[in-house]
Amino acid sequence: MIMESIEILEGRKKQIYQKEQNTEQFDMTCDTKSLSGSVSQRACVFCGSRVVLYPVADALHVVHGPIGCAAYTWDIRGAVSSGPELHRMSFSTDLKEMDVIYGGEKKLYASLIELIDQYQPKAAFIYSTCIIGLIGDDIDAVCKKVTQEKDLPVLPVHSEGFKGTKKDGYAAACNALMKIVGTGSTEGISPYSLNILGEFNLAGEAWIIKDYYEQMGLEVVATVTGDGRVDDIRRCHGASLNVVQCSGSMLKLAKMMKEKYGVPYIRVSYFGIEDMSKALYDVAKHFNKKPEIMDKAKKLVSKEVSEMYPKLAKFKKALNGKRAAIYVGGAFKAFSLIKALRYLGMKVVLAGSQTGNKDDYNMLKDLCDEGTVIVDDSNPVELSKFVLEKEADLIIGGVKERPIAYKLGVGFCDHNHERKIPLAGFVGMFNFAREVYQSVTSPVWQFAPRKGGLG
Amino acid sequence: MLLRHTTKEIKEREGLTINPAKTCQPIGAMYAALGIHGCLPHSHGSQGCCSYHRSMLTRHFKEPVMAATSSFTEGASVFGGQANLLQAINNIFTIYDPELIAVHSTCLSETIGDDLKQIVTKAKDDGKVPEGKEVTYASTPSFVGSHVTGYANMVAGMTQQFAEKSETQLDRTNIVAGWMEPSDIREIKRLAKELAAEILLYPDVTDVLDTPQTGKHDMYPKGGVTVEQMKTLGDSKSTISLGNFTAEAAAIALEKKCGVGFVSEDIPVGISATDRFLMALSKAAGVEIPQSITDERGRLVDMITDMQQYFHGKKVAVFGDPDWIVPLCEFLVELDMKPVHVLSGTPGKRLDKRLHELLDMDVPDANIKNGASADLFLLHQWIKNEPVDLLIGNTHGKFIARDEDIPFIRFGFPIIDRVGHSYFPNVGYSGAMRIVEKLLMAIMDRQDRDAPEERFELVM
Ligand code: SF4
Ligand code: SF4
Repeated sequence: MIMESIEILEGRKKQIYQKEQNTEQFDMTCDTKSLSGSVSQRACVFCGSRVVLYPVADALHVVHGPIGCAAYTWDIRGAVSSGPELHRMSFSTDLKEMDVIYGGEKKLYASLIELIDQYQPKAAFIYSTCIIGLIGDDIDAVCKKVTQEKDLPVLPVHSEGFKGTKKDGYAAACNALMKIVGTGSTEGISPYSLNILGEFNLAGEAWIIKDYYEQMGLEVVATVTGDGRVDDIRRCHGASLNVVQCSGSMLKLAKMMKEKYGVPYIRVSYFGIEDMSKALYDVAKHFNKKPEIMDKAKKLVSKEVSEMYPKLAKFKKALNGKRAAIYVGGAFKAFSLIKALRYLGMKVVLAGSQTGNKDDYNMLKDLCDEGTVIVDDSNPVELSKFVLEKEADLIIGGVKERPIAYKLGVGFCDHNHERKIPLAGFVGMFNFAREVYQSVTSPVWQFAPRKGGLG
Repeated sequence: MLLRHTTKEIKEREGLTINPAKTCQPIGAMYAALGIHGCLPHSHGSQGCCSYHRSMLTRHFKEPVMAATSSFTEGASVFGGQANLLQAINNIFTIYDPELIAVHSTCLSETIGDDLKQIVTKAKDDGKVPEGKEVTYASTPSFVGSHVTGYANMVAGMTQQFAEKSETQLDRTNIVAGWMEPSDIREIKRLAKELAAEILLYPDVTDVLDTPQTGKHDMYPKGGVTVEQMKTLGDSKSTISLGNFTAEAAAIALEKKCGVGFVSEDIPVGISATDRFLMALSKAAGVEIPQSITDERGRLVDMITDMQQYFHGKKVAVFGDPDWIVPLCEFLVELDMKPVHVLSGTPGKRLDKRLHELLDMDVPDANIKNGASADLFLLHQWIKNEPVDLLIGNTHGKFIARDEDIPFIRFGFPIIDRVGHSYFPNVGYSGAMRIVEKLLMAIMDRQDRDAPEERFELVM
């Protein structure tokens, strides 16, 4: 039925699904490249690596390629640092025609030497962009040479944009990080310790989470990579547990660390009261040898929740029965959002992601209400049509979705790089509710034609 | 102190860019293409570039920006991107149904060696382009030039491919719009109307990137010049291009193809550049400059005379795109200010020459640099060596402004932390009044902030 009302690119039919009663067969095609000619909302491998490694604040991040790739990723993500801010600079080898013909290795080498002398970083990440994959610069060799000469880890990140999707970029980033992990001393690390993985400290979120763990009596060895420091990452294999947030970005690192150093991991989400509480309990369960950790977790949760509960009442009342459309990068985030929205009494009418995999979409399907549209790698035309058809009151998305929401007269919440307030943790749930409430009930809508000019 | 590492001492750098004052060609091509009605820009490369360009334009205009991508994979990088582009053209017309697809290349497709002309011709031959629809293209490798070059290439490419000359001579002047905001283009069109000059202005992003809230999302907003209109470019009497770097190439292409003569003017920023533009238009169109415009000019001059003492000798650092910083520097000098540091990431000897012509007399020691290693790191170093009263440039200047505690005026592209640029023009006499207002606000706010209590003045 939706296939009739909305024209869909032939090859895309398998990436859209509407949950209905008794539909047994559900075979979402995903994990594929976008079709040529799509107005895709997706990014590239490089983008994946860049966003994941970017928060390491005392490392040099050098983009090896022409200027654009560096210019567009210059400080676009509010990953906050409590100290050094080297990550907020933009360094590029700015390749020119001659470099493309004769290779850019020399330029990269010279740039690295200059930069290291000037900035004295703790490590350097060298990102290769599409063009490097073509001209065949041996960046491994350059990195090795500089590592030896300057006595600091200089790490190639193989993130040529066309060699996969954003997820491959996460993997490339994990590979680079794995080269630092294990190079520091683990002396003095408590057996009751953990690493926070896949938390990027947007708007200071990692600090909130870290504080919870510390309240539970746990030592946080490293946050990877939010407010990240090279020296912490070097010794983070000494932690007793890796707590991984989010579906894609850091899972690979956790797996590698498990294999090489035997550090177990668990997966959590910090969005919404339900998932946040579960995260703390799951961690406490892991340390069941010391029951007071669980006691503290319980105390923390009940204190936070009892404080939060009355504050949310006003929002719940106003938002009850409103409809939301979710289109985010990773599917894992969508799960938490659905639960959080449901908690606020809202109904999710569209759920989609840029990079979900089969398991993700199966889980999504189970989680969603009947009638919910589920999409993979959607485009603006589809999104706006679904939003109008489903009469959504709110879109949750990223930078490219925001103006579309407003044009449609629909509220918006950025759950991506451009969030300005922390949405993680218990306080994050409050912030989230307030932001959704603010946008959905904004007085501007009384002047704005809504929903295709119909409402 | 975000930029605490910036040293005062300036050393030659070997081709490293720190905090660039430019970006890459395709975003300019994408922007230019949006000024054609019903056009879907298409990025021939992998997905990342397209996504970044759209995001950046969206951040600047706070508007949805549509563009498609060839979504290169490893296969394409080995075998070439022809198959991807052909499939893309087919898919785009089938599902998104634009009037026109404007293809630009990326570093990737350029390095692979894809020949856009050949592929687009093949698409047409294979019947992939429906009747009445068009595909245009421009080569935009980012390892040459900058975003500015990409804009110029796309406008020149479209001109070359669409312009025709028929039997009928039209009493009309073409205006090739250089890279300007929708607000600026609106103002230029208003001026032409005041003059009663018949014009065809392109590319025209008004009503594309400044659309009203309607409750709908139109993939193709109502604005933009149509391909039909562009086909008549060759029938105009003459052409005025606004911007040496972003518009002139198109005027040259049109002259070559259809024999329409042109004059190359600056984007009309400030008094003199606006004077020159209006004279050129009045001459080309054979119309008089009406009293209403003379009055506008008079109001601007009056405003400046009233406040002249605040401008005198103020040192300014300016960075941005050539077509904007040239007339801006001219205007600053006319205001009795001193642009002591002028920088652009866009290469080209012509810019250097023009800036020297403008500044050598009044600001003989000015630091002027563009192209390789003209980046914001260098600008910051200059400022450390010779402090300024004011910094003018795009959003990225805010780091320097904060670290050095300098008043900062946002001007140029991109502006991703403030609004207004797409709604209020900087061109023409009224645009100049806006610039004057902004300059005064910045200078006087600073004076108020820093004044000791006994010198804190009510009347200024
Ligand atoms: S590869 Fe080239 S076109 Fe793509 S973003 Fe980088 S510089 Fe721009
Ligand atoms: S060139 Fe490649 S790495 Fe750079 S933005 Fe484009 S797709 Fe990404």
